[in-house]
Amino acid sequence: VYHGHFGRVSHHPLPDQVHAISLTVNGQAVERSVEARLLLSDFLRHELGLTGTHVGCEHGVCGACTVLVDGEAARSCLMFAVQCDGADVKTVESLGTEAELHPLQEAFRDAHALQCGFCTPGILMSLVPFLREHPSPNEAEIREALSGNLCRCTGYANIVEAVKRASTPAVK
Amino acid sequence: VTARRLVGQSVRRNEDARLLTGRAQFVDDVQLPGMLHAAFLRSEHAHARLRGIDFARALQRKGVVAAFAADDLGDYWKPGPLLVPPPPIAGLEFNHAAQVPLARGKVRYVGEPIAVVIAESRYIAEDALDDIALDLEPLPAVVDMERALAADAPRLHEQFRSNLAAHVKQGKGDYEKAKRKAHRVISRRFHYDRGVAGAIENRAVVAAWDASNEEMTIWDTTQAPIPIRNGLAAMLGLPESQVRVIAPFVGGGFGPKIMMYYPEEVVIPWAARKVGRPVKWVEDRRENFSATTQERGQVHDAEIALAKDGTILGVKDVFLHDTGAYDPYGLTVPINSQCTLLGPYRIPNYHSEFTAVFTTKPIVTPVRGAGRQHGVFVIERLLDIAARELGIDRVEIRRKNFLRPRDFPHDHQIIFQDFQPLVYDSGNYEPALKMAAEMIGYEKFVREEQPRLRAQGRRVGVGIVAYIEGTGIGPYEGARVTVEPSGRIRLATGVGTQGQGHFTSFAQIVAEQLRVECSEVHVVTGDTRTFAWGTGTFASRGAVVAGSACHAAAVAVREKAIALAAKLLDVRPSKLEVANGRVFIRDNPSRGFTLAELAQKANPLRGAVTPGSEPGLEATKYFGPSRGSTASGVHAMLVEVDAETAMVEIKRYVVVHDCGVQINPMIVEGQIQGGVAAGIGNSFYEQLVFDDGGQLLNASLMDYLLPTAMDVPSIEMGHLETPSPLNPIGAKGVGEAGAIPTGALFAQAVEDALSGTGVEITEIPLSPGRLFTLMTERRQAGPRPDSTERRGTRGRALRLEGEYDFERSPAEVYETLLDPDVLASVMPGTKRLVREGDRYSGVMEVGIGPISAAEFTMQVDLEDQVPGESYAMRIDARGKLGFVSGLATVKLAPRADVIGTRMSYTAELQVGGTIAAVGQRMLDSVSRAMSAQGLKALDRQIRARAVGARA
Repeated sequence: VYHGHFGRVSHHPLPDQVHAISLTVNGQAVERSVEARLLLSDFLRHELGLTGTHVGCEHGVCGACTVLVDGEAARSCLMFAVQCDGADVKTVESLGTEAELHPLQEAFRDAHALQCGFCTPGILMSLVPFLREHPSPNEAEIREALSGNLCRCTGYANIVEAVKRASTPAVK
Repeated sequence: VTARRLVGQSVRRNEDARLLTGRAQFVDDVQLPGMLHAAFLRSEHAHARLRGIDFARALQRKGVVAAFAADDLGDYWKPGPLLVPPPPIAGLEFNHAAQVPLARGKVRYVGEPIAVVIAESRYIAEDALDDIALDLEPLPAVVDMERALAADAPRLHEQFRSNLAAHVKQGKGDYEKAKRKAHRVISRRFHYDRGVAGAIENRAVVAAWDASNEEMTIWDTTQAPIPIRNGLAAMLGLPESQVRVIAPFVGGGFGPKIMMYYPEEVVIPWAARKVGRPVKWVEDRRENFSATTQERGQVHDAEIALAKDGTILGVKDVFLHDTGAYDPYGLTVPINSQCTLLGPYRIPNYHSEFTAVFTTKPIVTPVRGAGRQHGVFVIERLLDIAARELGIDRVEIRRKNFLRPRDFPHDHQIIFQDFQPLVYDSGNYEPALKMAAEMIGYEKFVREEQPRLRAQGRRVGVGIVAYIEGTGIGPYEGARVTVEPSGRIRLATGVGTQGQGHFTSFAQIVAEQLRVECSEVHVVTGDTRTFAWGTGTFASRGAVVAGSACHAAAVAVREKAIALAAKLLDVRPSKLEVANGRVFIRDNPSRGFTLAELAQKANPLRGAVTPGSEPGLEATKYFGPSRGSTASGVHAMLVEVDAETAMVEIKRYVVVHDCGVQINPMIVEGQIQGGVAAGIGNSFYEQLVFDDGGQLLNASLMDYLLPTAMDVPSIEMGHLETPSPLNPIGAKGVGEAGAIPTGALFAQAVEDALSGTGVEITEIPLSPGRLFTLMTERRQAGPRPDSTERRGTRGRALRLEGEYDFERSPAEVYETLLDPDVLASVMPGTKRLVREGDRYSGVMEVGIGPISAAEFTMQVDLEDQVPGESYAMRIDARGKLGFVSGLATVKLAPRADVIGTRMSYTAELQVGGTIAAVGQRMLDSVSRAMSAQGLKALDRQIRARAVGARA
């Protein structure tokens, strides 16, 4: 956890000063008072208990913390919770359930597109808006879309395969 | 009814639904009432004497509960154990220096923990780290292995005479004699450098002390929960039954998560008991770059003696192994290098000798491959060079020297990491080589395609290498299979899971024996409360060793079910059949019992359990292999090197692998694809760069490049199955295999693409930059510099330049720019700034990305002043985070279109110390952001002043 932003000038913040925010998270209205420096990732995980959003680098490279903010993929480790005042936030918990997986999750399971599964929620949340905008992507487009998420287990091939399956159901 | 084979099927994974929905629990997901958070104060010096520490200010901070240093731990403070003692090799010399919970007296690498702060939140705990006053006396760093062994080198550990950690000689035959008979002797120096394991989940520990039950519960991202439990129980003075260690879902292991005991693992449970509340510590990425163990700095001086036809007569290899600041893991890594060099080849005479060296760098323990990469790299490179010099084809020289099927079991007459003689149990190498060569189209490529593409000016190459991997070593693992009265089947085993699919592959083994669906077997791993005996997930052994124990326990439960049913039905056991969760009479299937009914009848409320029998449909079994099983394979690849940029594109990548019987081919292929991806990173993208002061210069994922989906091709795979005779499944390990030969393959394929240019590759990792340098050097035919010297930079270069338009005249802008009050207000983080003559001096506070802000004392001298036009500033800023120095020049010119000034500036700076550790990209982006922020503020000041002056 680091508690600042690039080039910040002071490390003596005022922890007592909190800001009221209200936002929608996975369709539910949420109101909280938070410190200005509280990262969105920590807010989701530790304030709201939505621990499906994972934290891998906290400098915006690994993509494990990706969530949707107003429909667009965003790195929750590079945003403060206060920036989401009024926003609509969606996490991996908004997709399917264990009993009824989202088609993309189903494709990941069928294609063995996950191993340890730590990076997976961020990858899913990057792919949701990608597939909305590119319903039938080619392999190069898929790989480019995935290039903002790091996975150390799978070597990506099966993730690419899963996206193909999710994007062209007829080929299943 | 025929028995349906489940082992060997690509069954979908039981664990996936939980992982995909974000409901699987990782350690950082553990949330307990009243939980506190820890942050560690770590050394910013590679080598320093620790003279004093003062927590007074930190403890005053609101929300801070406690702070501890080494002395606060009292008798609990003890150096860690030696995990793996040196193997029984004659003449072996080994100096054991263990890591400690918190540094006492000295620190020996950047990132070594010195103190811990416990607070209400991680944010507050990190704030408080900055409040700690630390008195450190820097000592010279020890970075280069050869210099570390010089007589006058500073010593890391005063109890030893030098920085030598170990010296080991092994061999067979008489290399010198073989060399005298040789037609050709080839010798080279090879380098293999360090990287990180790079699991996406960093390490984490949560500990909770239950005072009323005197019970400690620890959630830990470990690959070895049971040994952690045993060790911590001893340290905490508790019975093992009162300590529960849970390794829940773990987000990638790759080796470092088996290190024992990490300082944080030792300190957090103690602190939880001390403060009486649960405590959580989660490693951040920057900590991970130094606090988690790393691997693979070695330098080999190797020699091969050959007959005219390419037959290997002998090999001599003398190497240095960088063990980092401590050597808790003993000699596993260099012994693996020593043994794996022999590969799939007949090498009758072998002399291998290594010296392990202490350096002021993070600790070295196994990382996926665990020293095997180096051995494969050395022998494969020697064979490539031999093939070239003797005019023999690269495939042919390998085929010629392979061990033959009749040679197994093959005794190499040296000792392996498991203390057993290095004996290969089984193998059949030639078919794999043939299959890989065919799959990649080796013949056709070399004969037709390469010359054709070459003629078009394209630099394309092919590589093909062979390797073996010692897998599945002991000592043992265990498993318990239980059929509950509900019919639910539970399997418990001690090994944890980091993504290998144990919930599925182990379930397959059990389900096959009990004739149920794989999804009906509920697997629990990595919780010492559920299964208390075992070692861990490492050395490609989970499926082999724990899998075999699962098999034995499932067989025992099936036999128990059959025996009970036979008794109840009054028939001979041989008349019974097990299928679809029932035991029944083969000739009369309606007569029988479900497993659930048998489980109930095996645990009656009335009636005795007869002597010699046990209640319940349950069995616990252990498996210990007599020695490791030897997996093998061949990798091949086609590459194209861009002659201008030196970027390497992998066109195709083929793996032919023999890991014996595959339990789940889908999982096996996943392991191989992932291993190759790690190998590609290791070969071309990833390298830890340390400066002469032992400071890591690329401690972020912006500058330490893990391969992405754009860099890793989809691999084409071929499988061969040579079952291992050493376990009932016939399996061999596969976890590390993909990563092992990639460096050797990359070197060969790239060298082939560049053939004719004289480039010879003797080092891994490469990078586009490094390869470009090698290509340029050869073009200029200059001398090859010693590559150990190439990283010896002091800090990083940072160049800033830009332009900014002001709407005021050059004279006004010039005057404003030199006003110290204006400068202080526009330079982010300036706390004080005064001007005396041409010298400004002051204090600035800067933090970058993950590095907390700290003060810098700065001095700026004005030079070459031309009022209204230009000036230069010589900058020197120093602080505990490092230094920034260099020259900046500013030029002002009137704008043609409007009344105003165009300012252009350039700065050539050197940045060193901790702030350089975030790496070039982060430095660049932060300095750009700071410049932009400063310029905007300056613009506002200039407008305000000018308005004021006019009014």
